[in-house]
Amino acid sequence: MEVTAPRLDCSVIKNRLKKRYIWWNGWVFAAVLLLLVVCTPVFTLLTHLVSSPGTHWDQVGPKILDSYLKDTLILLVGVAFFTFLLGTSSAWLVSSYEFPGRKYLEWLLILPMAFPSYMMAYSYIGILEYTGPVHSFLRNSLGWEITGPLIDLMNLPGGIFIFSITLFPYVYLFARTSFVSSSREIQDAAALLGASPVRTFFSVALPMARPALAGGIALASMEVLNDYGTVKYFGLNTFTTGIFRAWLTLGDLDSAIKLAAILTTLVLALLWMEYYQRGNKRWSSKSGRTVPPHRICPSKPVQWVFTGVCLLIVLLGFLFPFSQLVYWAIKTAHKVIDASFGMIVVKSFSLAAGSSVLIVFMAIVLLYAVRVSGMHGMRYVTRIASLGYAIPGAVIAVGIMAPVIGFDKWLLRVAPLDGKLLLSSGLFMLLFAYLVRFMAVGYNAIDTGFQKAGKDINDASRMLGFNTWHTLWKVDLPLIRKSIAAALLSVFVDVIKELPLTLILRPFNFHTLATKAFDMATNEQIAESANASLIVILTGILPVVLLNRIIRKSH
Amino acid sequence: MFKSRSLFHIAIVSGLLMACGGGNDEQVVNVYTHRHYEADNELYRKFTDETGIRVNVINANADELIQRLQSEGPNSPADVLITVDGGRLNRAMDKGLLQAVESEVLNANVPAEFREPGGHWYGMTYRARIIVHATDRVKPGEIKNYEDLADPKWKGKVLVRSSEHVYNQSLTASMLLADGEEKTAAWAKGLVANFARDPKGNDRDQVKAIAAGEGDIAIVNSYYIGLMLHSENVEEKKAAESITLVFPNQDNRGTHVNISAAGVTKYAPNRENAVKFLEFLSGATAQEVFAGTNFEYPVNPTVPLSETLVSWGTFKKDNANVSEIGRLNDQAVIIMEDAGWK
Repeated sequence: MEVTAPRLDCSVIKNRLKKRYIWWNGWVFAAVLLLLVVCTPVFTLLTHLVSSPGTHWDQVGPKILDSYLKDTLILLVGVAFFTFLLGTSSAWLVSSYEFPGRKYLEWLLILPMAFPSYMMAYSYIGILEYTGPVHSFLRNSLGWEITGPLIDLMNLPGGIFIFSITLFPYVYLFARTSFVSSSREIQDAAALLGASPVRTFFSVALPMARPALAGGIALASMEVLNDYGTVKYFGLNTFTTGIFRAWLTLGDLDSAIKLAAILTTLVLALLWMEYYQRGNKRWSSKSGRTVPPHRICPSKPVQWVFTGVCLLIVLLGFLFPFSQLVYWAIKTAHKVIDASFGMIVVKSFSLAAGSSVLIVFMAIVLLYAVRVSGMHGMRYVTRIASLGYAIPGAVIAVGIMAPVIGFDKWLLRVAPLDGKLLLSSGLFMLLFAYLVRFMAVGYNAIDTGFQKAGKDINDASRMLGFNTWHTLWKVDLPLIRKSIAAALLSVFVDVIKELPLTLILRPFNFHTLATKAFDMATNEQIAESANASLIVILTGILPVVLLNRIIRKSH
Repeated sequence: MFKSRSLFHIAIVSGLLMACGGGNDEQVVNVYTHRHYEADNELYRKFTDETGIRVNVINANADELIQRLQSEGPNSPADVLITVDGGRLNRAMDKGLLQAVESEVLNANVPAEFREPGGHWYGMTYRARIIVHATDRVKPGEIKNYEDLADPKWKGKVLVRSSEHVYNQSLTASMLLADGEEKTAAWAKGLVANFARDPKGNDRDQVKAIAAGEGDIAIVNSYYIGLMLHSENVEEKKAAESITLVFPNQDNRGTHVNISAAGVTKYAPNRENAVKFLEFLSGATAQEVFAGTNFEYPVNPTVPLSETLVSWGTFKKDNANVSEIGRLNDQAVIIMEDAGWK
C-alpha cells in the first residue's frame, strides 16, 4: 500500500508552528498551577521570615557561626572530598581496567546507595561498640585489654565517614557514565597519541567529567543537609538539628524558619557556584556512536590490587554493615515479624508506589509544558519545582502543615463536614510533602529523557496534525519510557527511605518501614529495628540493580 | 521494564489500599503518644478486647505532637496525649491543649503526687534518673548526690547523653528548683568540665561506655538498666552487671523522677472513651505490664513491683512540683547551652 504524505510548503509549516506553539495553552496553565502548589511551603516560610523576630533568636542566633555553620560546612567539605575520591577512583578503575571480579564489583559499588545513612550509622555503631562483635571478640577470645572504643565514630570525622560511604555511589554513577560514554572517544584519541592511562585520566577524562561529578557531589551534599537521623545520633550540631531544636525544644517556630532560610540560602549559593563555575563547559559525544569498551589489562599483581581496592570499598560500604543487619534481623525476627509488621510493609510499598506515580506524572506535565510552550524561559521557571530537594524535610513539613490546616479550617467554616479536618487527617499532607521534596528526582530523570529524545519527532507529529495529548501519548512517552521507569524507581526508593517528613506528617496508625525502624532505634532497640531496615535496603537494591542495567544497556 | 498498563494497576491498587481503614461508626479513641514501646501495643489490644473501643495511635516526639495539636486547634482528632515526661504535658496544659477530667477511678488509682491537681493529666508510670558507676573504679558512697558530679575530682569521668533530651532538661530544671539559678549554672559548668567525652548516643550507650572504660560515672534512666539486664545480647547484660546503681539525693530532696503521663485533649471528640482509656491504663492489669516488661515504676500503689525493681530496693523520690519543673524547662535549656552541654 502506498502512503502519500501531505505536501506542505514552507509558509504552511510556519503558520502551523505559530498556531501550535503559542506561549499560553492548557499545558502551561497546568504547569504554572503545579508550580504554585509546589512552592506553597516556601511561600509560607517567606511570610514567616518577614513577620516577626523569634523570641529565642538571642540564643539561636549566636550558635549559627559558633557551631551550626561550622559543623555543617566541615561535614559538607569532608563529604564532598571523600565522595569525590571514592566515587571517581572506583569509577575510573571499573571503566578503564580489566581485573578479576570487575563485572560484579561494578554493580556492588552502587549498593551502599540503598542504605539510608542513619541505618548505616546504627549498623556501624553496632559493629564497633563495646557489646558488638569486634570488640567482644578481641576482648573475650584474644584477651586484649582495650579501654575505650576501638574506633570512635560518634563525632565529625565519623559522620563524614558514614555519609561518604553511603553517598559516594552518586558520584560513582555519574563519573562512570561520563568515563564510559561521553569522553570515551577522546580518551581513545589521547591513548592513540601516546598518553599514559594516568595522563589520560588527569588531562582528559577527569576535566570532561567535571559537570557530572559536580552534579553527583551536589546531590550528596543535599542528602547531608537533609539528614536528621545520623547527626542526631552522633550528637552533631548541624543546621537541621538546630532547626529541630529551635522549633520543637524551644517552641520557637520563627527562629526555626530563620535558620531554615539561612540554610536554604546556603544551598542556593552552592548550587549557583556549581552552575557558574561550570559555565558552558559541557561535552558530549557528537558522533553518537557507541564504542565497545576496551579495557586495559595491567599485570596480574596490579589487577589484584585493583580488585582489593574496589572490594574494600564494597566491604566497608555494604557487606559489613549489611551482614550486621542480617544477623540482628535473624536474631530478632521472632519478636518483630507478625501480621502488623506485614501491614507496615504493604503500607510502605503502596505509599511509595502511589507517590512515585503521582510525582512522575506531575514531572511529565511540567516538562511537557516546556516542550509545547516554545517559550525559552519556561525551562528555567519550571526548575523552581525541583528546589524542594534542597530544603530539609523538617522545614517542608512546617511549611505544609500551616497552609493545609488553614485551608481545612476555612473549609469547615464554609461547609461543615461533621467537624472533621478533611485534608490534614489523611495521607494528603504526606503526599503533598513528598511531591515538594522529591519533584527534583522525577523532574531530572524525565528532563534527561526529553533532552535525549530531542524535539524533532515531537515537531513532526505536531506538524502532521496531532494534538498535544495525542503526541504525548503516542510519541513522547514511548520515546522516554526508560527515563520514566528510572524516575519511578528512584522516587519509589526515596519515598521508602524518607524519614523526617513521614515522621511528622503521617496519619493515625500509619507506620512506614522507615519510621518503624527509627522508632525502635530511638527506643534503644537497634537490633529489633533491623528487620524493617533490611526490607528498606533490599527494596533499595532492586532498583539500583535495574538502574545499573539500564545504564549498561544504553551504552 | 514497566509497561504503562502495569503502572496503572499499581496506581489503582495502591489507591485502594490507602482508602482502606477509613470510615465506619465504631468506637475509637485517638492517641498521640511519645511512648513507643512494644508493651504499649499489647495494652492497646487488651483495651480493645475489654471495651470494644479501637485505639488509633500516632507516635512521635512530644514536642512534635504538641506542635501538631496546636496547629489543629479545635478540630484536632486527638483524644489523649501521652508523654514520657510530666514537664512536657505541663507545657501542653499551659498552651491550653488539655482539659480537666474528674474520675473517681483515676483518683483512686493515681496518688495525688502523680497527677495534676486540676485533673489535666494523670501519671501512668515513673522512672528514676539515677547515677550509675563502675563497680570496680568508684568506691561505694563516694557519689551520693547529683551535685557531687560537678566535683573536679571526677574530671574526665562523667558520661551523659545530649542536653537535647527531655530527661536531662527536666533533671536540670529540678536542680534549678532545688538549688537556684546561680548554683545550677555552676553545677552545669562543673559537670561539663568533668565530661569523659562529648555527649552522644542514648542512655544505654553511656552504660556501655563505662564497661568499655571510657568513663566511670553516668546519668541514666532506671528502666534502661532493667532492659539491659534482661537483654538477649550477652555482652550488654555483662555491661549492665558491671555497674553499681546509685539513687541520688537520698539524704535530702530525693531522686529526680520522670513521670510518663497522659491527659485528655481540650477538644477531644471521643472524651468518654479517652477517660475510659486513662482509667484502663492506671488499672492493675495495665500497670503490671508497665512494671513487668518495661521496668518502669507503676504509679498505682496496689500493683507489685517487678523482681528487678524490688532488688534495687525502695528509694526516696524528689516530690518537687512537676508543673514548676515544666515551667523551668526553658531556663534549664539556656543554662545547659551556656555551660556548653551539647
